[in-house]
Amino acid sequence: MKIIVHILRKEFRQIFRNRAMLPILFVMPVVQLLILSFAATFEVRNIQLHIVDSDQSSYSRELAGKFLASDHFKLTGVSFSDKIARDEMQRSNTDVILHIPGHFERDLIKQNNAKVLLAINAIDGAAAAVESVYASAIIQDFNQGIRIQRAHESEGAVRPAAFSITQSFWFNPELDYKTYMVPGILVLLVTMIAIFLAGMNIVREKEIGTLEQINVTPIKKYQFIIGKLLPFWLLGMFELGFGLMICWFVFHIGIAGSIGVIFLFAGIYLLAVLGIGFFISNFTNTQQQAMFLSWFFMVIFILMSGLFTPVESMPGWAKVITEFNPVRYFVEVMRMVMLKGAGLQEILPQLGKLLVYALIMNGLAVAGYRKIA
Amino acid sequence: MIPNEPIISVENLTKRFGSFTAVNAISFNVMKGEIFGFLGANGAGKTTAMKILIGISRPTSGKAYVAGYDIYKDTEKIKKNIGYMSQRFSLYNDLTIRENIEFFGGIYGLSAKTIRTKSEELVEQLGLRDTFTLPVSSLPLGWKQKLAFSIALLHDPKIVFLDEPTGGVDPVTRRMFWSMIYEAAHRGVTIFVTTHYMDEAEYCNRVSMMVDGKIEALDTPSLLKEKYGARSMDDVFLMLARKQPLTT
Amino acid sequence: MKGFIIKEFYHIFRDKRSLVILFGMPVVQILLFGFAITNEIRNVDIAILDKAHDKSSTLITQKMLSSDHFVLQGYLESEEEIESIFRKGKIKAVIVFEPDLHQKLMTSNLAAIQIIADATEPNTANTISNYATTIIRDYQNGVNRTVPAEWQIIPEVRMVYNPELKGVFMFIPGTMTVILMLVSAMMTSISIAREKEAGTMEILLVSPLKPVQVVAGKVLPYILLSSINAAVILLLGYFVFKMPMEGSLLSLSLATLLFIITTLSLGIFISTIAHTQQTAMMLSLMGLMLPTIMLSGFVFPVDSMPVPLRILSNIIPAKWFILILKGLLLKGVSMAYLWKEILILAGMTLVLIGLSVKKYAIRLT
Repeated sequence: MKIIVHILRKEFRQIFRNRAMLPILFVMPVVQLLILSFAATFEVRNIQLHIVDSDQSSYSRELAGKFLASDHFKLTGVSFSDKIARDEMQRSNTDVILHIPGHFERDLIKQNNAKVLLAINAIDGAAAAVESVYASAIIQDFNQGIRIQRAHESEGAVRPAAFSITQSFWFNPELDYKTYMVPGILVLLVTMIAIFLAGMNIVREKEIGTLEQINVTPIKKYQFIIGKLLPFWLLGMFELGFGLMICWFVFHIGIAGSIGVIFLFAGIYLLAVLGIGFFISNFTNTQQQAMFLSWFFMVIFILMSGLFTPVESMPGWAKVITEFNPVRYFVEVMRMVMLKGAGLQEILPQLGKLLVYALIMNGLAVAGYRKIA
Repeated sequence: MIPNEPIISVENLTKRFGSFTAVNAISFNVMKGEIFGFLGANGAGKTTAMKILIGISRPTSGKAYVAGYDIYKDTEKIKKNIGYMSQRFSLYNDLTIRENIEFFGGIYGLSAKTIRTKSEELVEQLGLRDTFTLPVSSLPLGWKQKLAFSIALLHDPKIVFLDEPTGGVDPVTRRMFWSMIYEAAHRGVTIFVTTHYMDEAEYCNRVSMMVDGKIEALDTPSLLKEKYGARSMDDVFLMLARKQPLTT
Repeated sequence: MKGFIIKEFYHIFRDKRSLVILFGMPVVQILLFGFAITNEIRNVDIAILDKAHDKSSTLITQKMLSSDHFVLQGYLESEEEIESIFRKGKIKAVIVFEPDLHQKLMTSNLAAIQIIADATEPNTANTISNYATTIIRDYQNGVNRTVPAEWQIIPEVRMVYNPELKGVFMFIPGTMTVILMLVSAMMTSISIAREKEAGTMEILLVSPLKPVQVVAGKVLPYILLSSINAAVILLLGYFVFKMPMEGSLLSLSLATLLFIITTLSLGIFISTIAHTQQTAMMLSLMGLMLPTIMLSGFVFPVDSMPVPLRILSNIIPAKWFILILKGLLLKGVSMAYLWKEILILAGMTLVLIGLSVKKYAIRLT
């Protein structure tokens, strides 16, 4: 027992003595959290719009006006030629082109229907879809306005059947993207610290040669492992708490559920993730290798965690892979507890799976670590 | 001379890596209290053999007992009774001298009081009072090496294993280091040292010479020189390595 | 000098584990992006609270389920159940049909449908609501077709550059950029830091090789590696995902080379600050990689970010290169249109090299 204390003391001394590591450990996650939370959004705003009004009628001007008045779009140019508009798109000066063809007003009045052309830069397919919806909504709105106007003017016109559709958004009525992303980003940062630092730490001793020295001493395996993992477990928990405070003070994101549940889950999660870092260190001889391997897994974990893109939308085989992704569980739980106030009971399945994961991972890592080659 | 028992006994020890035999059925004994030189060229298998004796490598076959314990079954017990100084000295560069002493002392289960007493002795002996609270990285090479040796002896081990302890150090410091070794031997510690500096062989009680995994010679330095008609251990080694007599 | 470069190559190629990851990772990433990751909404679990049980509610339900967006998990009996079902986490939206839906619709007494979405995932919630709305309106228009549609404005939408809305086109330029950054900046800085740690850097500096040659020798192998990686990624995109390559191959190669040099100079700069491998790694990772992924327009659209971040994104080299890539690959523009981006990248490179040289000069004196 005392031996573990000695090991821990040495580890902590080494961590805090490293001048460069301190800001990396404490300042950078904070900065990242701040920046990323504001950057991470799939909302589509300030859509660059270019209008080609070939009709120049009162209706066309009204329609154009509706677009200008909209919050979503930002006018970046007006012209009379489709060619100029397309060139603007080539130059990335616009992403959406609204072309109101000539005879727009005349067609609408005489033939009862008229066309409007929308060209959307679809490189970002998802954004394009959203832009399309926004634009169509504005056009539909304008359309409805004309109909109502005309309906007043001509009695006996048939009123079209209509649904009144209300959209309600629960738990996050303003569709605040930050509320969604911040807990996830927090998970990300805590995870990176755990996997990278823990794994690299052990490999560093291997590289320098001090690991050999340790293996010659009577330090038992479990003492060594606890000594190596506990400091980073503590650091991870600390980062989590620190990050949660920032969530509260800067983003005003509180915890709807119980903070105890979050820390309980985080504790087990960190064990699992540290186990992964440790496991990786058994297979690598240099810090660079350890970093690469960790990086490799991290990228896959992050992408497949549901943090940025929903897990449901993944094909079956990919969903199976996410079952083995601890990050996925933590992201789910963070959102459930922080935003929906879910309690211990609701997160039991994730907790259970993570516990198994932690046991297996650490078990493998411990078994793979040999004091005797 | 008090009759002596072997504190290390090795019988047909072999270590193979795939098809390559690094240590080829070596047998020898090391007596309690002696300074035993384990010589050989680079790549002859010295370090591999030593790693087996200190319990961090498992032999392919053969028997060995260190400090009375079996290297197959009781490696942990062996480790309590030995000290080790590796080629790269393996002190924590970013920790201070005091912190290194505290750590290694604590690891071997020494009480805080004992650690403090021993620290004092060590500091006096090596003259490190000024640098006691400085990181080890600030020490010049020769001092690091002396410190590493002292720390290896901190827990009063029966045997101390030294792997090429004087690499890259000037001759004066080398001699100072060896006087430290003599002093420890005088106190009853058995010294097992590998080196490829053949002149250091003269300082040992007995010397073994490894060539290509086998022990080609084992005796006191003077007897070896006599046997091979050589003037220095250097010459003895050259003859053994080339397997032909030197032209004078 | 030649011997030095060869030694560097040995270092790299002997490290099989790193190599495997170096070449394997882009492949894995692209495959993931291409086949697994998507922003689209599919197989979303929904529940329905049907108070009408009539023609309209049934037909609308059918319509919703026939798309691959929604999966019906069950019917609710009352509003009270909604909160707890959301809390369980599986159901993402509930559709509520009011009583006598069909009748109200036909008499134009505005029939009410509620779409209640769990907005803890706001993007999903928004998209779900929009999809559901579209489906309902579609049904509504179908009903109205029996009635002459009056004053109908028909928007014709054309998706330019990527008519099938394939997500992978967005991600390939981004992935390529990130990988190039990883190899060039990170590995270069680590390699130089490693020499410093081992102490062999001084040996090199003392040798007849000039410092410029030492750095160039360190950097050359990574140019090669990066180029290979870039080529692999592009080939994958082209053959597996049918990504178009509208622009000229020559322009593409030149632009890529420029970016590689920019990131290399970044790596060199980092190495002047970092003294150990660990520091170089963490600096590259947290100070370089993450901001690049987040602020370069790779994943999140820059235009949607608050103004200070939009300004910040301008100093990230990756942002400009992604613009170049998108222009060359997907829009088919010529280099002339991209002069601004190219100039900026070149400028960044010069600044970085200048700073690094200054730092080295200070060190040596």
